[in-house]
Amino acid sequence: MTDTDPALPLPAMPFIKVEPNGVARLEFQKCTACGAFSLETNRIACGKCGARGSFVAHQPETTTGTLHSYSIVHRSFPGVAVPFVSAIVDMDNGPSLKGNLRGIAQDPESISLGMAVNVVLDDALNRKDDQGNSYVCHFFEPIAAK
Amino acid sequence: MSDVYIAGIDMIKFGRYPDKTPALLGAEAVLGALDDAGLTIKDVQAVYSGCVFNSMNGQKILQQVGAFGIPVTNLSNACATGATAVRDAWMAIRSGDYDVVLAVGVEQMTGMGMLGGPRASAISTEGLMGSASMPATFAEAGMEYAAKYGATFENFASVAVKNHHHSTFNPKAMLQKETPLEMVMGAEMIAYPNTKFMCSINVDGAAAAILVSERKAKELGLGRAVRIRASALASDPWQERNPQMPDINSATRLSAQQAYEMSGIDPSDLDLVELHDCFATAELLHYENLQLCGEGEAVRLLEDGETAIGGRIPVNLSGGLLSKGHPIAATGIANLYEVCTHLRGEAGQRQQPGAKIGLAHVVGLGTCSAVHILEKA
Repeated sequence: MTDTDPALPLPAMPFIKVEPNGVARLEFQKCTACGAFSLETNRIACGKCGARGSFVAHQPETTTGTLHSYSIVHRSFPGVAVPFVSAIVDMDNGPSLKGNLRGIAQDPESISLGMAVNVVLDDALNRKDDQGNSYVCHFFEPIAAK
Repeated sequence: MSDVYIAGIDMIKFGRYPDKTPALLGAEAVLGALDDAGLTIKDVQAVYSGCVFNSMNGQKILQQVGAFGIPVTNLSNACATGATAVRDAWMAIRSGDYDVVLAVGVEQMTGMGMLGGPRASAISTEGLMGSASMPATFAEAGMEYAAKYGATFENFASVAVKNHHHSTFNPKAMLQKETPLEMVMGAEMIAYPNTKFMCSINVDGAAAAILVSERKAKELGLGRAVRIRASALASDPWQERNPQMPDINSATRLSAQQAYEMSGIDPSDLDLVELHDCFATAELLHYENLQLCGEGEAVRLLEDGETAIGGRIPVNLSGGLLSKGHPIAATGIANLYEVCTHLRGEAGQRQQPGAKIGLAHVVGLGTCSAVHILEKA
């Protein structure tokens, strides 16, 4: 018996959890003393207030957020497919994340800062580790104004 | 506590020197700085040596120019490495233990690709979770500013036009080439809004400074000496988006405020500024971070020509990192070299007339910032 089902994808970041049923969700760490969020699971003290041992798990109530900044990347490290939109999103009930903004034209005319986005979890662009494991990663998608 | 002076300072012409070692590049800068001070390596009592990509470079430099067993501290502080070496030398003299201290920064970067490290993960994160490249990181910092104050791609590109124009008067710059606005905006887009001409160049370079106590400065003669009025170093305080989005502003704001308080000098007293234009998007942010203008006024300051040669407060008369090149650990001392050259009235065609006080600034991502304020002795 192993703890994890080898068929399940692995989380690409420590703040992504994959349930035994395969559903992925976000789980951050939150300081009970000052409310600061952390994306790291192993924290011994808080970088904002200095409190020790104050972090507890925090599951955001929603996956929505706003686009804080971005760059359309046309040249990256060797072998990386371009273009893509690198973005910073401030979650409404969680921390700020960096990720790819997808589902939108890669054109400054189409991307407006402050726009509402959703944080979605999906396959990590078919990238696998050297054991052939699949991963699940976060992406940002615009919430269409209706 | 002794005042501290720069008695000698030099930089090699930044460029590509694949046939030379970092130690040899550093040795050239050190000998230049010693000659400038009228001293020899036997007069140096301690060394602070900055290098990001090679270890124990201070000793390797002394092995080239004269090694006599003096204390050497090797240090690395990202793009603020050279300025940090100067600050450590400044503190060593202020401690009263030394009268003559060498600060040197060297980097050999020929053949290095785009800088920036991917995040820790079992799979490659670049292009999966945004970009960790430096052009994208600083593009995002610029777009944050653009959203706040309405700066445009054209405004950011105009920074590069200005700095590349300045470089045509600087024989030590790597790129000495006019780049009209259409050329900058039409160049290869690296990470919007930074095109190729809006990114600093990976080059080989070295710069060195000889810092001396007031007693030693007077003994040598104050003729060309430059007084260090402030030396300030700050790190980035906690910020909610950091390090997902590195905070390049807070450390600069803190170090600038400290430097103004330490020196009693007001930003309006400055005759010139050399600031960390690693990417064109960064320069506008630092106008405000360094208090050269009010919040939201950076575009106006640039577009009114106030920061261009002949303007009220010229910025990056050397051509900046954009055209001079950015050999990481040498950059901080090279910025000080440019300011010293103007204070000494030796900047030739790009000389800021009557320059008496100047500021040199660097930012090292991770993040740290150093600000020095210099005054003609």
